[in-house]
Amino acid sequence: MIQILFFLFAALAVGAAINVLAQKHVLYSSLALIVMLTAVSALFILLQAEFLAVINVIVYAGAIMVLFVFVIMLLNLPADPAGEDGSDRLRWLKLIGIPLGIFLLLMVGATVWNVSNSTNATQMTGTAQAIGQSLFTDYLLPFELTSLLILIALMGAVVFAKKDL
Amino acid sequence: MIPLHWYLILAAVLFLIGVLGFFLKRNIITLLLSVEIMLNAVNLTFVAFSSQHGLISGQIFVFFVLVVAAAEAAVGLALVIAMFRNRESLNVDRSNLLKW
Repeated sequence: MIQILFFLFAALAVGAAINVLAQKHVLYSSLALIVMLTAVSALFILLQAEFLAVINVIVYAGAIMVLFVFVIMLLNLPADPAGEDGSDRLRWLKLIGIPLGIFLLLMVGATVWNVSNSTNATQMTGTAQAIGQSLFTDYLLPFELTSLLILIALMGAVVFAKKDL
Repeated sequence: MIPLHWYLILAAVLFLIGVLGFFLKRNIITLLLSVEIMLNAVNLTFVAFSSQHGLISGQIFVFFVLVVAAAEAAVGLALVIAMFRNRESLNVDRSNLLKW
C-alpha cells in the first residue's frame, strides 16, 4: 500500500516538475510547481514528517507561489515568443546537456544504490512538538538569526521593487 | 517500508530536472522556479535521511531551507520586477550590460 502511494506521488512530482519546464507561459509553470510541491508534501507524510508536510504546503504553495503568481500577473507577460527560447545555441546546449544530465543521474543512482539500508529501531515522527522542542533548545541561535535574515530580505525586496531606484 | 535509496533517486531525478531547467530556459521566472525545484529535491533528501536515522536534525535543516527559500523568492522577484521595468523583457540573455 505504501509502495503504491510512493510511486503515485513520485510520478506526480516528476511529471509536474517536467511540466514546469514544458509549459510555454510561466503562469502555467508556477501552477505545475504547486502540484509538485503538494506531491513532495505527500512524500513527507510517508516519511512521517507531518509538520514539514504542512509547512511545505502553507509556506511554499501558500505564500511563495502566491508571490510568484502575483508578480507574473503584475508584469502582464505575453506568452513566450517561439523564437526566443529555441535559438541555435540553445538547441546545441539541449543536445549536449540532456545526455550529460542523464549520465550524471546514472552516476548518482549507482552511488546511491549502495547506501546501506540500516533501519533504525527508534521510530521518530516529526510532529510539531518534536521539532519545536529541538528548534527552541539546540537550534535557538540559528532560529533567531533567521528572523534577522527575513527582515533584511524584506527591506531588500522593498528597495529593489521601488519605482525610482 | 520504502527503502532509502528510492527516495534518494527520486530526489536526484527532481534535482536533475531543476538543473536542466536552470541551464536550458531563458525566462528568469522559470529559472527561479527551477531553483525552487532543486531546493525541494534537497529537502526530500534531508527528510529521507532524517527518517532513516531517527534524528530530528534533518527536519530542522529543512525548516531553515524553507526560510531561506522564502527570503530568496522575495528578493529574486523584486529583482525580476526591477529588471522588467528597465528592460521590458525577462530573457536573461537580454540583460548583458556588463558584457560589452
